Amino acid sequence: MNDEPCKPCDCEGKKPSRRDFLLWIGFGLNAVAGAMIGIPLLGYVLSAFFKPNPLTWISLGPVDQFPEGKTRFASYENPLRREWDGDTSNIPCWVRRIKGNDFQVFAINCTHLGCPVRWFEESRLFMCPCHGGAFYEDGGHAAGPPPRGLYTYELKVENGTLFIKGGVLPNLSNQNI
Amino acid sequence: MNKLLNIARSAFLWVDDRLHIAKLYESTAGHHVPQSSGSWFYVFGSATLLCFMIQLATGIMLAMVYVPSAAEAYTTLEYLTFQQELGWFLRAVHFWGSNFMVGIMLLHMTQVFLFGAYKYPREITWITGVILMVLTLGLAFTGQVMRFDEDAYWGLGIGAAIMGRVPFVGEQMVNMMLGGPIIASETLSRFFALHVFVLPGGVLAIVSIHLRMVLTKGINEYPQPGMLVRRETYDKEYAAILKKEGVPFFPKAISKDLVAASIVIFGILACAILFGPEGPSGPADPVQINTLPRPDFFFLWIFAIAALMPDWIETPALLGGPVIIGIILFALPFFNGTGEKSWRRRPVAVITVILTYVSLGLLTYLGHTSPWSPDMDAWKSAETPLEFVEGRSPLELQGLLVIQSMQCRNCHAIDGIGGHRGPDLADVGSRLTKAQLIRQVIQGGGNMPAYGKNLTPDQVEAVVAYMVSLRPQGVPPARDSSQPGQAPME
Repeated sequence: MNDEPCKPCDCEGKKPSRRDFLLWIGFGLNAVAGAMIGIPLLGYVLSAFFKPNPLTWISLGPVDQFPEGKTRFASYENPLRREWDGDTSNIPCWVRRIKGNDFQVFAINCTHLGCPVRWFEESRLFMCPCHGGAFYEDGGHAAGPPPRGLYTYELKVENGTLFIKGGVLPNLSNQNI
Repeated sequence: MNKLLNIARSAFLWVDDRLHIAKLYESTAGHHVPQSSGSWFYVFGSATLLCFMIQLATGIMLAMVYVPSAAEAYTTLEYLTFQQELGWFLRAVHFWGSNFMVGIMLLHMTQVFLFGAYKYPREITWITGVILMVLTLGLAFTGQVMRFDEDAYWGLGIGAAIMGRVPFVGEQMVNMMLGGPIIASETLSRFFALHVFVLPGGVLAIVSIHLRMVLTKGINEYPQPGMLVRRETYDKEYAAILKKEGVPFFPKAISKDLVAASIVIFGILACAILFGPEGPSGPADPVQINTLPRPDFFFLWIFAIAALMPDWIETPALLGGPVIIGIILFALPFFNGTGEKSWRRRPVAVITVILTYVSLGLLTYLGHTSPWSPDMDAWKSAETPLEFVEGRSPLELQGLLVIQSMQCRNCHAIDGIGGHRGPDLADVGSRLTKAQLIRQVIQGGGNMPAYGKNLTPDQVEAVVAYMVSLRPQGVPPARDSSQPGQAPME
């Protein structure tokens, strides 16, 4: 080949050489190829961002197991459960049966930072072990840093069975819980 | 002998002719540094990098056994700890290695800050260092998720609760973080990918820029008070220093780094052998709610801040705080890029460091003791010292029983025994009058729930009678200052 060093700007003012043309073709083809790989990749990663959260009706079992005037611990299986979820698909909650079919079902998660609140029958309070949040029997804010009362699930009673609408981790962004 | 040396020499030359090792040495390990930089203060950077190497090696080995599945992670962790040959040791070295890495990185950052090493022309060295700090803290947080025990589960819950506070796209941010609307298998897989691929890869990439900057712009000379950095003259001054007292980093300036490296390794080994690996605590079973979620040591200060902030500032601080800190750290070499380097003439820098360490230390201590958390079992197990029972009337004793059974002790200690959320009751009778006590019990307030609905009037009567009796010997009960003439009510 030629011993002289290549001069890329040999063709100043003239029409682009075949080599320059090939360079731009190379850039262009790779830009297209990169987009064809990159866009699906972004779509894969961001799918969780755009997917809407489907809430489904979940049975908590017959209403008879919840005595009137009491608050009881209950758990349900995450409706989106996968085979390899292990224990994490069992979601706890607190069921308060006020009277008859009049229920309140509270999420376990404190409204401050999501730690599991515990019910104390004697003082009729929910207490959080993390930052000292406390809630009344009806879920109202009693003390501590939580910005609101406990999250309550939408619920219905059908044929003597208690259903709640769930399937997402309750947090301040889903106000429908 | 001479013949042997000649053979070795020509063998090296043959290799060097192909691999250019001598050239590589000159431009890397043998690059010239100011002699003054061979100081004990300059060992923290290489020590941090050493920790990272240890983390890479032990991490790869742990990954050969660990299964990143929500259903199996915990079991494999127990297997690693109790059955796998030397598994406990690797886990312990990896855990203590991470603690050492975060700690030494903070020392490195402090030294660089106090010695003005972030100033012209080492802005990018500092900025890549800040990115490395973020990546390292990310590795520490995702690492504690790998244990997938109850602390990991509720730690994820706390992360999601913070994400949920993001305006407009909170729900989407939670989904992005958890890989779905709830903590489940995809959450662990996501954090595993971050912990073993994304973040270590990021560290390797940024470290290479960080070290490249050390080679191109040189290591900071040991600052002398009164030697001011000027953009116009610094490069010439640094070249003069190198000419006058420059020595090749290897072997002339590396000795202290080597000693420090061995101390770090001995330290990690000692901690690993003496204290063993961390956890795992109970399995990540959300139904097991009798748990006290606590983050690992280096995040306790954030845990404390979350408890102590006033409500109104919480969301802006949790979301905006990291952004503001990030902007300040990134901008530092630009608004403070010249002038004095020595900490002896930079009182503001020294005060900043002291305040930061004191705040972090106090917050970590508070996070460790967490006095704001109710003691969930105090009502069942906290004893009452005899002097707080002796000589009480039946009504007062009845009040003590109510205090015990109504979980008051979860938040109120008596003589230090019980929760510390609220004030200790041991001397409450000398601080509040009977009327104030009744009001406080019934209406609550000042972070105490109202007990009006949960106590009968008789119970309130008994509780207040007991509390009025709680005061040091010889101290009269509290008086109502608006009625000075009135005798104190017993």
